[in-house]
Amino acid sequence: MSAAAEIVFDHVTKRYAGRDAPALDDLSLEIPAGTFCVLVGPSGGGKTTALKMVNRLIPFDSGDIRIDGRSVRDLPLTELRRGIGYVIQQIGLFPHQTVGENIATVPRLLGWPKRQTAERTVELLELVGLEARDAERYPAQLSGGQRQRVGLARALAADPPLLLMDEPFGALDPITRFRLQTELRRLHREVGKTVIFVTHDVDEAIQMGDRIAILREGGVLAQYDTPDAILAHPADDFVAQFVGEDRALRRLALRTLRDVTLEPGSQSEPGSRVSPDTTVRNAVSLMLETGDEQLVVVDGDRVLGVFHLRDAGELL
Amino acid sequence: MRDHWGDTLQPALVQHVELTAIAVVIGFAIAFPLALLAHRYGRLEHPVGVVSALLYTIPSLALFQLLIPFSGLTWTTVEIALVSYTLVILFPNIMAGLHSTPDEVLEAAQGMGLTRLQVLLRVELPLAIPAIVGGLRVAVVSTVAIATIAAFLLPDGLGYPIVLALKEPTPFKTEIYSAGGLAIAFAISCDLLLVALRRALAPWAVTGLA
Amino acid sequence: MMLADAANLHTFVDALRFIGANPGFLAQKALEQLELSGAALGIALAVALPLGIVLGHFHRGSGVAIAGSIVGRALPSLVLIAAFLTLLGIGFVNNMVALAVLGTGPILTNSYDSVDRVDKDVVESARGMGMTGWQILRRIELPLAIPLLFTGIRISAVTIVATAPIAAIAGGGGLGDVIVNQASYRLSGVLGASLCVMALSAFVFVALAGFQISVTPRGLRGTSVIGDQTRKEQQ
Repeated sequence: MSAAAEIVFDHVTKRYAGRDAPALDDLSLEIPAGTFCVLVGPSGGGKTTALKMVNRLIPFDSGDIRIDGRSVRDLPLTELRRGIGYVIQQIGLFPHQTVGENIATVPRLLGWPKRQTAERTVELLELVGLEARDAERYPAQLSGGQRQRVGLARALAADPPLLLMDEPFGALDPITRFRLQTELRRLHREVGKTVIFVTHDVDEAIQMGDRIAILREGGVLAQYDTPDAILAHPADDFVAQFVGEDRALRRLALRTLRDVTLEPGSQSEPGSRVSPDTTVRNAVSLMLETGDEQLVVVDGDRVLGVFHLRDAGELL
Repeated sequence: MRDHWGDTLQPALVQHVELTAIAVVIGFAIAFPLALLAHRYGRLEHPVGVVSALLYTIPSLALFQLLIPFSGLTWTTVEIALVSYTLVILFPNIMAGLHSTPDEVLEAAQGMGLTRLQVLLRVELPLAIPAIVGGLRVAVVSTVAIATIAAFLLPDGLGYPIVLALKEPTPFKTEIYSAGGLAIAFAISCDLLLVALRRALAPWAVTGLA
Repeated sequence: MMLADAANLHTFVDALRFIGANPGFLAQKALEQLELSGAALGIALAVALPLGIVLGHFHRGSGVAIAGSIVGRALPSLVLIAAFLTLLGIGFVNNMVALAVLGTGPILTNSYDSVDRVDKDVVESARGMGMTGWQILRRIELPLAIPLLFTGIRISAVTIVATAPIAAIAGGGGLGDVIVNQASYRLSGVLGASLCVMALSAFVFVALAGFQISVTPRGLRGTSVIGDQTRKEQQ
């Protein structure tokens, strides 16, 4: 897979005509190559505006955006966009083209040989969890979740080093959304591209992001950090309120029992048996429910160790 | 009917097909580029729409007569009127087709780096096909019907045997039914042909939701 | 084609002179035409409107509605008038029936569509609030259907008025009498009557558009009434 790109927002400001408050106010952000960066915030925070400036669907007034050190303004518009994957909530599949033709859009624009495009299409369908024969179907014949999988495959088609995603799962039912979120994380680990992902859902931001940028009304960057750091040390009251009163529990949800140091124990230890992939949050919940003070972490028949309720507090 | 086929009905049918074909082809040749211009430069659509609607209210018989001082008792007169009616039907339908691309599809196309021309050729025009063919269906069927009125001016088309028959003291029923039947059959055949054309050109619109 | 050279202008001046010289005669002919058109529209309304609305309310019989629109377009008016003449003889009745058949299509199709396409969510919420089928039709579906329904009536009325001159060939009277009788009225008379026919159709079109705007519920106004006529003919 091709390398991921580093993205830098350098003092970017945008005002829409006829409005007093800027849509984006002096935004500076460095997104290291390969990072899954989530832009989150209430409506009016300018997160979608910021995203669409990267592929210049929206022009910015001042400052600069650089991809691998090169200003987005220096590239011809179409060349810039063909090199960036773009996924939106409404998906925007071409209804008159089959799934395969939709996915092949950018490779065709780039003049790839037919054979290579066809192979890539099959590869992508598999990557996003569809079958090769789905290539012949029309978008109208797919479910919402399947359509967004095609949208994702289409964005990845030409192997761009950067993926822009504007609330891609916003219109899906919770079960489909959760499944696609999980798969997108897996996909990100596999293909290692830089992703900029916009959402208004703080849970989604925490679950998906390597880094989260919280934007508040008026397009001001409130905090930019890892999910754990934001939950542990909210920069101000706005961030604290936005991520929620239960941020301690949310932090525990970021880690599984595999990530924590367990006390050694044997088969005879009392307490429920849980898998190491259980989140710390769920482990605590289970202990509160059963009234036990400890859990035994087992991998099949093998005991990995014991986790105490009091250990949870120390993780924070 | 067999008595009249060779000397009356067959030439009338051929003339009728010609009258219709010329009107629809010229009408389309004018309406299509006009619609592309209006689509590109906007602001043209509403005025053209209102003018079209008013033009469509002009009774065909009156329009034929009013053109006579300009172009005489000729096919030109008949075609000017027929082309006007097809234009009035085709233009708004082509416009509606070009506007039917959903916003998110346009955004996705732009986001993937399609140029304006590519968006038109690969996205907007293919998506406009059902509406364009829909417009053609109405235009063809209407033109077949209006072309019968041309018989009030010229001894041509399937309307002529009917007009002649009506002038008799006791109207010849055979002529009315056979010429009328042919006109209707011709209109329906054209319509079925265009439905088949749409299925061939826009398979997604058949298997899909539409 | 030579546009409006002196001879052409002269012809039209003559046509206007004819109108100026015979206002009473032309008005009487115009009234005859309106009478015939009004009777035909009345029959078309009486048959097609209730049928379309009821079918639309029950979402049944879309085939009937589609057939209505096809019949309306595929039947040449001349053929229809001639055919009814052979069945009903010459005069007012055969023309009225022929024109009524022509006018039925747009009313049937549009009244069906207008009621059938009322937002399902709105109807469901009305049902959820305990409205009966009749109340839903009366208070929800019909008010929302008005714009499209009236467009159908307007298309039908204009079609009938515009076709009525052709009825002259089958004893229908009206301005068509003058248009098809160049031997008696000469070109100036034919053109003068043609201008009157044009004005009459435009008048009916505009008057009905105004009426349509006035009966459209306030919340549904703002869409162009005139510009959308031909668009309705899509599909």
